[in-house]
Amino acid sequence: MIQVRNLTKKYGQNTVVKGLTFTIEKGRIYGFLGPNGAGKTTTLNMLTGCLAPTEGEIIINGHDIFEEPEEAKRAIGYLPEQPPLYLDMTPYEYLCFVAEAKGVERGEIDDAVRKVMEETHIIDMGGRLIRNLSKGYRQRVGIAQAMLGNPDLIILDEPTVGLDPKQIIEIRDLISKLGENHTVLLSSHILAEVSAICDYVMIISKGRLVAADTLENIRRSQVKENSVSITVRAPQAKVEELLDKIDGIVKFDMTAVPGVDEVWDVVIDVDEGIDIRERLFTEFASAGLPLRKLSSAEPSLEEVFLKLTSEDEAAGEHERDMAFEEDADTETDKTAEAPAYANYEEEGGDEEGEDDYYVPMFSKTDSDENDDEEGDDE
Amino acid sequence: MGALYKKEFKAYFNSMIGWVVIAFLLFVAGIFVNAVNLNGKYPGFEVSLGSMGIVLMFVVPILTMRSLAEERATKTDQLLFSLPMSVTQMVLAKYFAMLTVFAIPIGVMALYPLFLLLYGSVNLITAYSALFGYFLLGASLIAIGLFVSSLTESIVISAVVTFGAILLCNLMSGLANMVPRTSIASFIAFTVVIFVIGYLIYSMTKNYWLAFFCGCVAEAVLLGIYIFNRSVLAGSFSNVMKWLSLFDRMNTFIYSRMFDITSVIYYISVAALFVFFTTQSVDRRRWN
Repeated sequence: MIQVRNLTKKYGQNTVVKGLTFTIEKGRIYGFLGPNGAGKTTTLNMLTGCLAPTEGEIIINGHDIFEEPEEAKRAIGYLPEQPPLYLDMTPYEYLCFVAEAKGVERGEIDDAVRKVMEETHIIDMGGRLIRNLSKGYRQRVGIAQAMLGNPDLIILDEPTVGLDPKQIIEIRDLISKLGENHTVLLSSHILAEVSAICDYVMIISKGRLVAADTLENIRRSQVKENSVSITVRAPQAKVEELLDKIDGIVKFDMTAVPGVDEVWDVVIDVDEGIDIRERLFTEFASAGLPLRKLSSAEPSLEEVFLKLTSEDEAAGEHERDMAFEEDADTETDKTAEAPAYANYEEEGGDEEGEDDYYVPMFSKTDSDENDDEEGDDE
Repeated sequence: MGALYKKEFKAYFNSMIGWVVIAFLLFVAGIFVNAVNLNGKYPGFEVSLGSMGIVLMFVVPILTMRSLAEERATKTDQLLFSLPMSVTQMVLAKYFAMLTVFAIPIGVMALYPLFLLLYGSVNLITAYSALFGYFLLGASLIAIGLFVSSLTESIVISAVVTFGAILLCNLMSGLANMVPRTSIASFIAFTVVIFVIGYLIYSMTKNYWLAFFCGCVAEAVLLGIYIFNRSVLAGSFSNVMKWLSLFDRMNTFIYSRMFDITSVIYYISVAALFVFFTTQSVDRRRWN
């Protein structure tokens, strides 16, 4: 229902979105995932006609969003990052205005508005001023607005940002329910959220699409099949001796399982394309050493996400972000921006790397405190 | 478009702005009619209106300041862009909503000549033609205010700049008298104007050659006039300023007691031009 071809957006010299191409089909919940500043909001703004692309085309139900905007926009309901609410109206008035603007028949406006208010559970708030509503309720009014006019596709830009955990769960349930009757495209930088709600995920990084599939498939495609982890009960020397005999092993790390004698966790890196799991089993069994666990080491979703977003980071490094390298000198910028992922990943996600990643933040507050103390001394 | 028009119109009365604008205009109109027509026993309603041009300087910025600036500040413009409605429809809906608010006190003021009839003879034709002229003056100033509002996110800046722009319009004929009347001065002044227009063309179309070409043609024509018929240029710049002055044109309605079609067309053109500029300015933000 939506075809996007070679979508590109430049702000002056800065290319924010680079040649995105994807298709959205009916009846699924799509997740649009990427770190902050990846170009998610820019892309969604272009899909909904709020921004004009520098290059590329967007076809919605056969209508180009810029050549036949009215037909194309009728098929879309959009909730921007900040819900576009008029604070001095009540939700009911506001929704009536949106319904009328979306071309709902005059006689049906009241029914349509009541229906979406029931579905988003804001019927009790209908008469209050939006100004006086909490963030969670405002978000619901925003979603209700997007649902009006029964659009085929509902686009939500970071719908749970700034909500408390209870509200987040409620909004997620609401989105899952929306998915029953509509196609939903949801942007987020929160992985857990996307994995909880979405059927299909598009990961973007630095304005590029780096993966588009179901989450399970994305993870599977990134699984390092050349790494096996085992737990074995045996003396250290025997394990080493046995593993040295097996062909194709690049290296292995042994760590003692704490509290138990002679039980070892071993992570074995193997040449690509070789599956040594069965070989390991027979070798250890025939040597009379019990294997307690044997599995291929699967990266977590987080690792997959970081890997995908930082791989592209490395690829795009030369084209843009010259400014970024300058920024990297000033320590504080490191924490918030994408290169932090790169650091994190390069370190292999071990403890040290993680510390590096947070150092600038802490060191800054430390020094602030020191300043204060010095002040007191004087 | 109808939905946005209704929403905008209601919004003026949900907040103080609509009431304040109406009350202020009627208050001042009441004072002048009282002073000139009732106490002064003068039968011309249009003369009271003549003193009220200056009131627009305060009323119009209040009316227009929020129209587009606030949408941008609160990001509600994203809603309007995502609705099935063109930018032109959006701008027109807002413009007509403001015009309707402005028309309410004008409608009430239309009763004043009828009240005056109770006390003697009033020339209703000149009174209503002047009121119509006053409405058109307001309409063109509102279009200017709408345009200014589309340029900024800040309501305060929007109001102050609109106030300044209307002040300049008001002072235009006075300034025109101060401009040197020699032909070389006019030549230089027109050249500057050509540069400014050339720059505006460039900034709107981003087409360097089009702007350059238009500028060259205009400058060549100007140079031709200067070389072959210098005397035409003498005082011409100040005449053009006077001709363009929005407030001066009110005087034909009021003091000459004429229903001046040229002025009517001029007011409508200014309004249409600035509404067009507004659509361009709103649309341009989507492309940047």
